[in-house]
Amino acid sequence: MTARQMTAGVRLRVRKLKGVIFLLLCLLAVGVALAALLTLLVDVARDGVPRLSWDFINSYPSRFPERAGIKAALYGSAWMIAITIMVALPLGIGAAVYLEEYAGKNWFTAILEVNISNLAGVPSIIYGLLGLQLFVRAMDLGRSVLAGGLTMALLVLPIIIIASREAIRAVPPSMRDASYALGATKWQTVRQAVLPYALSGIMTGNILATSRAMGETAPLITIGALTFVPFVPDGPFSPFTVLPIQVFNWVSRPQAGFHQAAAAGIVVLMIMTLGLNLAAILLRNRFQRRW
Amino acid sequence: MSIRPPGPGARPALEDTLSGDPRPAEATATAEAFGESVILRTEDLSVWYGQKQALDRITLSIPRGKITAIIGPSGCGKSTLIRLFNRMNDLIPSFRQEGRIYYEGYDLYAKEVDPVEIRRRVGMVFQKPNPFPKSIFENVAFGPRVNGFRGNLRDLVERSLQQAALWDEVSDQLGKNALELSGGQQQRLCIARALAIEPEIILMDEPCSALDPVATLKIEDLMRQLVPRYTIVIVTHNMQQAARVSDYTAFLLAGEERVGRLVEFGRTEEIFTTPKDKRTEDYITGRFG
Repeated sequence: MTARQMTAGVRLRVRKLKGVIFLLLCLLAVGVALAALLTLLVDVARDGVPRLSWDFINSYPSRFPERAGIKAALYGSAWMIAITIMVALPLGIGAAVYLEEYAGKNWFTAILEVNISNLAGVPSIIYGLLGLQLFVRAMDLGRSVLAGGLTMALLVLPIIIIASREAIRAVPPSMRDASYALGATKWQTVRQAVLPYALSGIMTGNILATSRAMGETAPLITIGALTFVPFVPDGPFSPFTVLPIQVFNWVSRPQAGFHQAAAAGIVVLMIMTLGLNLAAILLRNRFQRRW
Repeated sequence: MSIRPPGPGARPALEDTLSGDPRPAEATATAEAFGESVILRTEDLSVWYGQKQALDRITLSIPRGKITAIIGPSGCGKSTLIRLFNRMNDLIPSFRQEGRIYYEGYDLYAKEVDPVEIRRRVGMVFQKPNPFPKSIFENVAFGPRVNGFRGNLRDLVERSLQQAALWDEVSDQLGKNALELSGGQQQRLCIARALAIEPEIILMDEPCSALDPVATLKIEDLMRQLVPRYTIVIVTHNMQQAARVSDYTAFLLAGEERVGRLVEFGRTEEIFTTPKDKRTEDYITGRFG
């Protein structure tokens, strides 16, 4: 073989060039996404971080921008999320287990599946209208944190069902075989051989759904969550506000002081959502199993 | 369904859960002809998955306390056949069978028979070691636990691990995750797990195909130690393994239409030295398959 045959010909060089161009395009895509996120973070942090203080977190809203705080909104968010999780978690996991382990393959489950996927894509304001009619009016819960939590539970339910189903489906069939072959019943197999190993995936999905619920504003405005709340909820029937609504309220005020407060509120909200996402990632890595 | 603790007490209750009249053993060219006691018997057994037929009128007897090997080329229905014996095929929605399987003379597929109860008496070891990602102890304890075992679990686990020739290697690390064991150890753990429910029959579906030769020999030694206390049925595509380990051999073959039929059944040394059927001879001498 001569040296000439060992060097790359023109056609090979063109092929390699195509590969490089593709790589650059991919890098560009990543770069745009990262740049947008970074701009957002830096911009908000510049306005908001100086305004952050213990007083800000521990104060009620006020008509004086420098005295306004997010205590009521933080408590409201916590109450709402707690109710959302308590309702959506058992319902979502239960539905996922039914669909994956018990439901047969027929037209009925096919329709169910399509509908659940569609529900995950329904605009959140529609859920707000549903919650307004169903919880606030028909069930007469009023503009309470309970009505808000239930509305939010409906909103995240499809997300939890879909994520939990994925996790259950990822449990290898050999685990079910092993359990059945040892004389376990269907329920014992689901409970002891399937769910424990789907659990980290299920929890990841749930945490992501929770962080989605934390940032949602539209459905709560629709059901009439208040924007000026100088108290913390004293029970599930108490009126309430949440962080994103508080931020929304401040942004719509003319005074620059409120805009800084809004930026500080966004920083807090971001830290909480990013924290939840981080927890989801850690949980996934922590419980990742070798199969 | 009633759940009873595994043990000697479980046997008399057989009549409660398995129904149908015990059939007198008919003389076919199967195990009875060799003067063996029969524990499992199939009669004109055919299997379909949806429209596709997988087995065609298999009539075969499995002798008690012996190792019976089921050999044949890929796709001849070996695994389908063995999974009939503990009704694992029931888990496949499109599965359908005709014909009969008798276990100790009772019809395994009678309406009143609960597959869960069958699987307590007929254990299974799979092709790929499939321990649960739990501790060694929890793996062995899984079967007794789901079957409501009330007794000394620790003793039962130790006894099962000893029977599976794994105890000496793991006795001081029962809390270790089973997935940290080697492939051969994992498979012996799966055997220990199957033994812990004290079955009468152990089905092994190509148990060594994922293992290296040393681990394979260990499993084969172990199988010899488990008979005659247990009856073993092993599916293998490895003819040397069938010849080394089994007492009886059944040879299955599928024709052009991919439907498995029983070609020959007999003592292993006869199948491998003086087969009656030309196709058996061709297969064992490596002319196809």
